[in-house]
Amino acid sequence: MEASRTAAHQHQFDSAAQQYEASALGMWVFLVTEIMFFGGILTAYVVYRSLYPESFAHVSNHLSLPLGAFNTVVLIGSSLTMALAVHAGQLGRRLQIVVFLALTMLLGSVFLGIKAYEYHHKFVEGLVPGPLFTYEGADRGPAQMFMCLYFGLTGIHALHMVIGVGVLAVILAMAWRGRFSAAYSTPVEMSGLYWHFVDVVWIFLFPLLYLLGRTT
Amino acid sequence: MSHELSKDAAGGHVAPLGLYFAIFVALLVLTGVTVWVATVELGPLNTPVAMAIAVTKALLVVLYFMHLRYSPRLTALAVGAGVLWFAIMVAFTLSDFFTRGVVSGLPR
Repeated sequence: MEASRTAAHQHQFDSAAQQYEASALGMWVFLVTEIMFFGGILTAYVVYRSLYPESFAHVSNHLSLPLGAFNTVVLIGSSLTMALAVHAGQLGRRLQIVVFLALTMLLGSVFLGIKAYEYHHKFVEGLVPGPLFTYEGADRGPAQMFMCLYFGLTGIHALHMVIGVGVLAVILAMAWRGRFSAAYSTPVEMSGLYWHFVDVVWIFLFPLLYLLGRTT
Repeated sequence: MSHELSKDAAGGHVAPLGLYFAIFVALLVLTGVTVWVATVELGPLNTPVAMAIAVTKALLVVLYFMHLRYSPRLTALAVGAGVLWFAIMVAFTLSDFFTRGVVSGLPR
């Protein structure tokens, strides 16, 4: 076999298929480290929620359920547009890749905008942990812990989304310049894996943070 | 539903477009269900039900949007290992916290 030098088949791989599988496995292994990363904060959440169930449910009601649910729909929509971008990449449809990546970035930005609004609202309500925490109640400690975990979890998640939007901007520029074809769209697919993972994290954060103590 | 396993030029599986829209609708429906169930008093069952719905939604994204269903078994093994180790972290941390005070202090 002659030495290969195409983007789809670099010389150190036996075939384009093997190169693709190696890329995918590499991205998945990174996502496994992300499972453990979020998993650490989630473990802390599980412990404190188990210790203070009523306080957590009570403070969680200060979060806006409509905004949380709307943001969930926005992120699921962005996963759809990302899947469509990957699909377009597999078929080598340059303009479609660009359009769907742009839509994904737009929906991700909508999500971040709503989160910024929610954070501002928490600040106004005096629910930001630290010297500005004005919550009055017998369970002030657990309440502040819930808000710490809320800002920690959604803040790290939002940071991942900002990075994701940045990555998609780079991939969009590559797509615009015609760097992808039906033979090679791996960067689009790998960005898709990252984006979908950030969506999966939110799929768990939403019920854990927003859906406590909502029984009427 | 049956869909042909068409391959793209690099040998990756190309799913039919309709599949993505079907998964999208399923995710929206499950989101609505989880919000509705949260308003129904189920006592200690509220949390397990919410988590079961979340796991189902996550599986739909992982298997179909992220193509794990059509990926080599090695990839699925790596993902499973990650989930397993997260479960170990939670299980052992909880077993620590919930057995504190069960065993009395060291004898003098």
